[in-house]
Amino acid sequence: MALETAVIQNTLADQFGAKVSNFQQIHDILTFEVNTDDIKEVMGFLRDDKTMRFNFLTDLCGMHFPDAVPERQFGMVYHMHNWMDNVRIRIKCFMDGEKPEIDSVTGLFLSANWQERETYDFFGIIFKGHPQLKRILNMDEMVSFPMRKEFPLEDGGRTDKDDRFFGRTTDNC
Amino acid sequence: MSDLLLPPELRYAGIIEQRKNEDGSELSVLNLGPTHPATHGIFQNILLMDGERIIDGEGTVGYIHRAFEKIAENRPFYQITPLTDRMNYCSSPINNMGWWMTLEKALGIEVPKRAQYLRVIVMELARIADHIICNSVLGVDTGALTGFLYVFQYREKIYEIYEEICGARLTTNMGRIGGFERDWSPLAFEKLNTLLEEFPPIWREFENLLTRNRIFMDRTINVGPIAAEKAISYGFTGPNLRAAGVDYDIRVMQPYSSYEDFEFDIPVGKSGDTYDRFCVRNAEVWESLSIIKQALAKLPEGPYHADVPDYYLPPKDEVYNNMEALIYHFKIVMGEVPVPVTEVYHPVEGGNGELGFYLVTDGSRTAYRLHFRRPCFIYYQAFNDMVQGQMLSDAIATLSSLNVIAGELDA
Repeated sequence: MALETAVIQNTLADQFGAKVSNFQQIHDILTFEVNTDDIKEVMGFLRDDKTMRFNFLTDLCGMHFPDAVPERQFGMVYHMHNWMDNVRIRIKCFMDGEKPEIDSVTGLFLSANWQERETYDFFGIIFKGHPQLKRILNMDEMVSFPMRKEFPLEDGGRTDKDDRFFGRTTDNC
Repeated sequence: MSDLLLPPELRYAGIIEQRKNEDGSELSVLNLGPTHPATHGIFQNILLMDGERIIDGEGTVGYIHRAFEKIAENRPFYQITPLTDRMNYCSSPINNMGWWMTLEKALGIEVPKRAQYLRVIVMELARIADHIICNSVLGVDTGALTGFLYVFQYREKIYEIYEEICGARLTTNMGRIGGFERDWSPLAFEKLNTLLEEFPPIWREFENLLTRNRIFMDRTINVGPIAAEKAISYGFTGPNLRAAGVDYDIRVMQPYSSYEDFEFDIPVGKSGDTYDRFCVRNAEVWESLSIIKQALAKLPEGPYHADVPDYYLPPKDEVYNNMEALIYHFKIVMGEVPVPVTEVYHPVEGGNGELGFYLVTDGSRTAYRLHFRRPCFIYYQAFNDMVQGQMLSDAIATLSSLNVIAGELDA
């Protein structure tokens, strides 16, 4: 029998208590939050437990919410996939805006290595325990983290592409 | 200063000093790339060599990084399609369709059957084009140019079909939210049928040329192997994983666009070496041809797009002659019609593996966050692991068989 989302939720709640929270079914994927300090433990359990069997780390990426409360200004989103039961889950961790840090999961999945480097490169999230945490797509000399919302796509000094000239205001942008 | 900026002889100086051989020979450092025909794009491999044998290495990427994710946060949804074209440009229609399907999932749009079948046809054509390039260039990289010359003209024939459908050949920007811009012309189907008649004997000949060719087998068997467990841990999907014996295919695991209506096998290999990757791609071309034939045979009549005027761009002649169509066109192009607050992950079986789109919307005219799960980026980190202990010429064949496309790697 396929792995039911209720089983995943109950198993995680029993095993980890308050470390996991905010379970929601968003479209076809069960989504929940994990305390930042516990991501390695929870992900290791999801991989190794005989019922869970989430054997594949599909994807991970960073998020930036500058308008959120300080302790939730950065996020990490992990997509895991159980191939035997064909179930996907989405895990979210939120981090402090001043010092975004989270444990690296390279010890669990080799695929996390470059993906974490990419996230560090773009968001400046520090992955504790990563074997080679340095920039990967951008130049080493860069001082900013370009995917953070405060860095505009284009030079703010340009006037030829001012949205106001095209009928847009901050309300409809 | 980053150690990457140090000259390689300094980076590896300590290791070279420790590893002086008894006969006085030394290890050497070799830069393979960034611009070298065998790297298939702009990325660098700094290899530590003991004679011809690779001891260690490091891949460096980012030379053509174009900030796609940042651009995607600043553009309305229709303007994101050209970004997807330019990732794996060998099979850009798959990327386009994947992006539309992601949006349709977010918007809850049901696409008509005819449009779904047409999408399947064009995605399988793209897969064939992708595999033609990969396998024929693997032949070139191992010294056999003839096969490449035999089959490459059929990639052009596929591009002519694209051209008939959407007007573009390489970066297709094909489709719309809900279906296609227009129904396919009779000439598109004619070209498709010609391809289905003419291509199989040539592909058979290509297989005969290389599959049992002694030199090609020596150059590829046991070259760059990866075991199934390690491939899974590295995040492998697509032909590169199937070559290691794992029958993971998104088209079967989570069928999209009516793939469940078609009968096809998932070719798998055994050892995950370069030869298996070649054979799996060869076999997949036959399966793709079979899927296209099935789709053509039972292609339903009916609309070629969903009835969603809020999101589907009106046809051009209506835009020019009908005020309402002009207004809709303007509102859609300017991104005035928002996507509801939601988040979606949608994977498709790209030419090279699981291509995933993670879209987060906040109700505005642009994506709050769009992350591309790019299979090439995932594969390339395993390259160093796969070639350690192998010869330099094996690294060329391995890289070629991984089908790493720089456009997707550096998105």
